[in-house]
Amino acid sequence: MTAYMIRRLLQFVPTLLGVVLLVFMLFNWIGGDPAYLLAGKMSNPEQIENIRRQLGVDQPYYVQLWIFITQVVTGDFGVSWATNEKVSTIFATRLGPSLTVLLPMLIVGTLLSMVMALLVAYRRGSLTDRAIMIGCTVGQSISILVYIIVFQYVFAFQLGWFPVQGWGQDFVTNLIKFSALPVLVGVAVSLAPDTRLYRTFFLDEINQDYVRTARAKGMSESRVMGVHVLRNAAIPIVTHVMIQLPALLAGAFLIERFFSIPGIGREVLLAVERSDFPVIKAVTVYVALATLIFNLLADILYKAVDPRVQLK
Amino acid sequence: MSAVMTHETSPGLWALAWRRLRRDRVGMVSLVVVCAYLVVVAAAALGWIAADWPREVGVNYAPPGFAGADAPPPQGSLTPLPTAAAADEPGIVDPLADVLAELRKGLAAAPDAQARAATLPLGGDKWGRDVLKKVVKGTETSLVVGMVAALLAVLIGTVLGAYAGYYGGRMDDFLNWIYSVFTSIPYLLLVLAIAAVLNQKGTLTVILILGLTGWTGIFRLVRAEYLKHRTREYVLAADAIGTSNAQRMFAHIFPNVSHVVLVQLSLHVVLFIKSEVILSFLGFGVGVETVSWGSMLNESQSELILGKWWQLAAATTAMAVLVTAFSLFTDALRDVLDPRLK
Repeated sequence: MTAYMIRRLLQFVPTLLGVVLLVFMLFNWIGGDPAYLLAGKMSNPEQIENIRRQLGVDQPYYVQLWIFITQVVTGDFGVSWATNEKVSTIFATRLGPSLTVLLPMLIVGTLLSMVMALLVAYRRGSLTDRAIMIGCTVGQSISILVYIIVFQYVFAFQLGWFPVQGWGQDFVTNLIKFSALPVLVGVAVSLAPDTRLYRTFFLDEINQDYVRTARAKGMSESRVMGVHVLRNAAIPIVTHVMIQLPALLAGAFLIERFFSIPGIGREVLLAVERSDFPVIKAVTVYVALATLIFNLLADILYKAVDPRVQLK
Repeated sequence: MSAVMTHETSPGLWALAWRRLRRDRVGMVSLVVVCAYLVVVAAAALGWIAADWPREVGVNYAPPGFAGADAPPPQGSLTPLPTAAAADEPGIVDPLADVLAELRKGLAAAPDAQARAATLPLGGDKWGRDVLKKVVKGTETSLVVGMVAALLAVLIGTVLGAYAGYYGGRMDDFLNWIYSVFTSIPYLLLVLAIAAVLNQKGTLTVILILGLTGWTGIFRLVRAEYLKHRTREYVLAADAIGTSNAQRMFAHIFPNVSHVVLVQLSLHVVLFIKSEVILSFLGFGVGVETVSWGSMLNESQSELILGKWWQLAAATTAMAVLVTAFSLFTDALRDVLDPRLK
């Protein structure tokens, strides 16, 4: 196990190096001279030269690459070009709001999709199953934008059940008051694809021998499905949720933007709009690292709960 | 010889697949819907329909025909603009005076609001442009972007996957490394990062962004197929008759894995249409002179608060119908091309 962990961690190095190279190529080479972006329209050659020296872009490429690698290793990406806030401070302060919305969304969404999937998998092939599956296909075809726009309009603007948008200082208010509608939207969006996916996980398990044995022993259907099948299908489900987490952290930008939640996703979007390269570079590299770590954790978890799995 | 043979020829893979598809009612209906969309898009691309979508043919926010016309606003309720009053004061030079005068002249020359239609088939937008025509043009944008980007992604994924799977060894390691780099960055984050770097809008940019980032899934599948096929007898036989590596990869093996590629192509069209809508909504997508479902959704956000729901409904419906039909067709395609899966 230790040997496996070390080998996997060593495999991180070339991948991360690749991510650093890709990001470097994008921002330092294809992206053009950032000094012109920073200096804006009213600039003279001296200003541009000054900024170039400050950023280090007047250096040869290998020196620039070395500067970037040092930034990645030390975690010091300097300050945001737009706000002069330290990039590390930006992340530290934006992580809390993101998680306040994301964790309830993931927990509620996963539980709800699991129940739905278990029900349709149990009635597989029936009219209910087919109707719900077609409903899921239609639900998936509607853009996430429409879910957000319509939910915000109906539940917040028209009915007034929730605040339209906003964020407070206090954790409990944020969780109860401001996160409720974003969580609801997130759950509604993920329900259709997750139900479809988890249904296939349940179907894989339902055809296994141990299910037939359990039934042959005279076990009740609810116990077969609710205990035996559920526990086994929970393995791929939990893995799926874990692997999704880093992508969600940056990917929830639409929800964060619409509901004015000061999270990481909204920060990414702002950075893209303002060509704030330090922030985008940092997010890309660290989210890639988080993805690798979570993938490894998922594999280890798999091994822990299922002894048949061989880690190579 | 051939006369005798034709008598015994069994139908090929594609003929069999078509026969199976004909029996799949859901698959056939969705195919018809997708084809109908393609006809509309072709007509729009050739300029036969909806070419005059930017014309302001109706009153502002003209409601859809079936909902009935709005009561006309009371005359004279519009207060004169404060800038106009300020410009008349002596001593203050309004830098915009010339422009404003020009604009007023233009407004006077333009057809009066009364001459415009009170209702439009699917309503009008803020400027009185026909939502039906906008939806048609938006469909053209989204479907073209989705299909071309999917073709690009499939091309990259298939070629790289073929090389990795066929040659193995160093080549495989190298391409797998690139694959792991691309997949370790979440898809939408990568798309946004590239959009930030390119910093220019346009249909071609969107196609490039989506195509260059979206090939990873196809690469994985095609690589696995080539790995499986490269030691099969027919490939060894092709080697024995002296074909080149490229011929074996693309003339001999490719037809045998093309069904996988076709299903992926169809799958990625849907994925890229959804991504294009999000990109255009955020303003990183197609330019302002092009209409897209994403930009329509963006406009509909502020319209909805005023109770003008038709643009939102039109864009949503057009997209949902196409994406649903395309997804169901992809499912059907997968079933008919690989019946063992069922």
